[in-house]
Amino acid sequence: MTRLHHGAAARPGVDRSLAIFGSLVFAFLYLPILVVVVFSFSGSESVGRWGGFSLRWYEQMLKNEQLLNALENSVVVALVSTVVATVLGTAAALSLDRYRRWVGRGAFDGLLYLPIIIPDVTMAVMLLLWFTSTGVIPLGRGSITLAHIAFNISFVAIVVRARLAHMDPAMEDAAADLYANRWQAFRRVTLPLIMPGVLGGALLALTLSLDDVVITSFVQGPGSTTLPVYVFGLIRRTVTPVINAVSTLMIAVSMVLVLASLTLQNRTGRRTESKGDRPMKRKPLIEKAESRENQQ
Amino acid sequence: MKRIFALLAVMALLLAACGTDTTETTEATGGTETTETTEAPPEGIQAAANACEVGATDGPLNLYNWTDYIPTGPLAEEFEVDDLLAKFEEEHGEEVTLTFFNSNEAMLAQIDAGASYDVVVPSDYMVVTMRDADLLVELNRAAIPNLDANIAELFSNPGYDPGNRFSAPYQWGTTGIGYLYGSIDDTEGVSWGVLFDEEMAAPNAGFISLLDDTRETLGSALKYLGYSLNTLNKDEVDEAADLILSTNEWIAAFNSTSYWTLLSSGEVNVSQGWNGDFLGEYDRITEYDADGEVTYSGYDDFGYAIPIEGSAAWVDTMAIPTTADHPCTAQTFINFILDAENGATLTNFNYYASPNEASEEFIYEEIIEDPSIYPVPETMAILEFFLDLGDMNNYYADAFTRAKG
Amino acid sequence: MTLLDEKEQVVEEAVNPRLERKARKQESWRGFFHAAPAYVYLILFFVLPLLIIFVFSFGSRSNTGKPLLENWNFDSWGRLVDPLVRTIAIRSLWMALLNTAVCLMIAYPFAYWIATRAKQRTRTLLLIAVLIPFWSNFLVRTYAWRMLLGSDGYITQLGEATGLWGRMLFTQPAVFIGLLYGYLPFMVLPLYAALERMDWGLIEAGRDLYASGSKAFRKITLPLSKPGIIAGSILVFIPSLGAYVTPDILGGAKTNLLGNLLVTQFQAARNWPFGSALSGAILIVMLVATMIYFRTGGRTI
Repeated sequence: MTRLHHGAAARPGVDRSLAIFGSLVFAFLYLPILVVVVFSFSGSESVGRWGGFSLRWYEQMLKNEQLLNALENSVVVALVSTVVATVLGTAAALSLDRYRRWVGRGAFDGLLYLPIIIPDVTMAVMLLLWFTSTGVIPLGRGSITLAHIAFNISFVAIVVRARLAHMDPAMEDAAADLYANRWQAFRRVTLPLIMPGVLGGALLALTLSLDDVVITSFVQGPGSTTLPVYVFGLIRRTVTPVINAVSTLMIAVSMVLVLASLTLQNRTGRRTESKGDRPMKRKPLIEKAESRENQQ
Repeated sequence: MKRIFALLAVMALLLAACGTDTTETTEATGGTETTETTEAPPEGIQAAANACEVGATDGPLNLYNWTDYIPTGPLAEEFEVDDLLAKFEEEHGEEVTLTFFNSNEAMLAQIDAGASYDVVVPSDYMVVTMRDADLLVELNRAAIPNLDANIAELFSNPGYDPGNRFSAPYQWGTTGIGYLYGSIDDTEGVSWGVLFDEEMAAPNAGFISLLDDTRETLGSALKYLGYSLNTLNKDEVDEAADLILSTNEWIAAFNSTSYWTLLSSGEVNVSQGWNGDFLGEYDRITEYDADGEVTYSGYDDFGYAIPIEGSAAWVDTMAIPTTADHPCTAQTFINFILDAENGATLTNFNYYASPNEASEEFIYEEIIEDPSIYPVPETMAILEFFLDLGDMNNYYADAFTRAKG
Repeated sequence: MTLLDEKEQVVEEAVNPRLERKARKQESWRGFFHAAPAYVYLILFFVLPLLIIFVFSFGSRSNTGKPLLENWNFDSWGRLVDPLVRTIAIRSLWMALLNTAVCLMIAYPFAYWIATRAKQRTRTLLLIAVLIPFWSNFLVRTYAWRMLLGSDGYITQLGEATGLWGRMLFTQPAVFIGLLYGYLPFMVLPLYAALERMDWGLIEAGRDLYASGSKAFRKITLPLSKPGIIAGSILVFIPSLGAYVTPDILGGAKTNLLGNLLVTQFQAARNWPFGSALSGAILIVMLVATMIYFRTGGRTI
């Protein structure tokens, strides 16, 4: 099918200039990454100098236990906090957008913005004192993950809400009538509809978690240094291109994972293809629901 | 908080059961320890520390250090020096967990909040802060014989910690000016004026960087003006702040985390910074051919000087926080680092000078003979250590905020 | 938002009052139930810790940072009206506003382009492609920009070759390039989420109705993507208000921003009471502004 699923298709000129613009933005996004990747293969010890092609930094990275340990901490914390924050954040967005009146809604609405607004260092200090004064959770990977979830919930919720706003709740109601229970209705109708928002929120959460320095450096414990904290500290002493190698590796691995999951998704069934497609495709279902309603 | 104290109390009791006798406990209550009943647990750890014998260990070591400040793993291999952590594990049979911090203040916040590490590496002024807040265990000199035997005289009674009662020096260095040869006149020594004086800075306008650090940047300005960098005189601090404000017209950047790459990549010609950072970079940009012969040396193009008006010397130290779980292992570790050969290993890895006099015979000759690492006696005489400013910290920080506009 | 309220009202009028009350009660429970996990989580790991900061703002400075909880006073709050703080706040606000506007201008057509790709898979792929550069390290990216913008950087060479610009490093444009780079995804993601769900049939109908494409865009696409614009602007504006690492590295740290001021209070100055008061003020002002913006956003954009 060559149909673009929207109106711009009618104006190829507009679409072409958009494509050019889009490519330029991608060039902008990848330009510094290109520098990082190229210099990760430089033999020179100084970050900004080209010293001939060499794999020495990759070699050094693989041997550097501290660095690998930091990388592992970062990945574990990022994945766990992203999953938890995405679930909680999506539920929070649904509660605010789908249900207009419930006890404490107003307060919750405001509260959800606070972790976005609060400056890093303030959140870092208050969480450190909270963890140590309650003493229930020892400082370490656990406390870092809990802290990351605390700021990520809000970021997920705000992205999902942007998706939910103005979405017609009738569809869900119809589906609720159709399916046996709410959960099925959610899984079959609402979730596919809000999926791009959920995905966007999760990606944002992952990114934020992988980049956090300030909060992590306050709430870390013995042996739980994450990669950004390691790198930040490294820069105070000596900075070698080994950091470029780590960054390149992380980009490469995430690209492979993304491509693999997309291929997998493609293979496991064409039906996923329709997931994000227009409501139009779901029309029969809605008609069915409507006819049921009429019968009643 | 109560839980932490409870936990510490239990640990203290356990430790006490492992052979502390009461006389030492009472001994520990003297000195800077307060006598409030809630402070009992720190007394416990102090007692435990006092009971340690040379080489004794009481569990694994939790080391809290600056990133890559101790040779271990492939970095040690790369620099062809001993892996000090592996060596310690081998010699004393205790495992070492290394955690990194990247600012004295973040480390302080963690310790003050009760986070538990056995050995931390605070800078000079931070030792004062931590000691005054009762966050440090007084070192048991009997368990750290190297502290009295090996430390150079200059560091045996430092202003930040008289008599090294709470800290053992780790590495030390100086603040000065790194520059591209030919960019400034260095025939009769270098003056802070190349940064702070409009006329002297003019040839390099737009290509000068200052440290972005309250104490260091104000400190150098104070030195240029002829004052102490620990001055408690508000007028002097204000004068220094105004001086820094006036540099805004000719400096390119305030930077204390990567100024050395700014210098080597040509973004600046003159830069205020720490000696080890400059020398490390000059070393990194040195190129070799296949036979290992030097084809280009960074030292040919760039230099480092301690300005004639005097400058700051800083010391990073090892200390045991009162939150430590294994005071005996901690002291054994400190003693281990203060060993002549191990101290030399640190310097051969970091390119910072060692306060360990006994180490000098094991330190590479090129380091010992380099006046930018080991300054000549005349220069030593004009160096000043940073001291904690107490309530004046605030005033300095505000002055520096103002100085940056 | 108003649209929804109207709809609700219509529904309410149609059903009988008893069922309605029951339905409302049920809805209330459901809403609470959905929010509960996040609610409880945020109370445990955000609200309660935040109280510590609030209490601290009335304490007095101690040398270790953690304030002395005695001699309660309002000094820290009083310092907020200091002219220096005001100058810094205005400078930061201005920078954040400008950055948000630039981000929006670039991100909108970009997100629109991604959201209008035919295949779901292409859209997802493009979206992830936006994020991938950000899974490397923040500092490493910023240093890469410094290289590009520096004396020998490719961008400087390009500018010198065309005679349009010289070394941009340590100037305002460099700061904005860095900020745009850092916060673009924050704008793209919610915009994409909002645009992607649009009913394009409606737009086609609109195009028939309004004849000109630009008018159809103004009358239909833009209003419908408003929630994305609002969310994106919040996500960019708020963090860039506190940004300081990028301006420091690319701009040369020659001016103070709110972010620096705050970090100085919690670190070098160890003046946690003032840091706490400053944080509190930022939280209150920004929360009120955000809520107002969110509420009125429906009418003004």
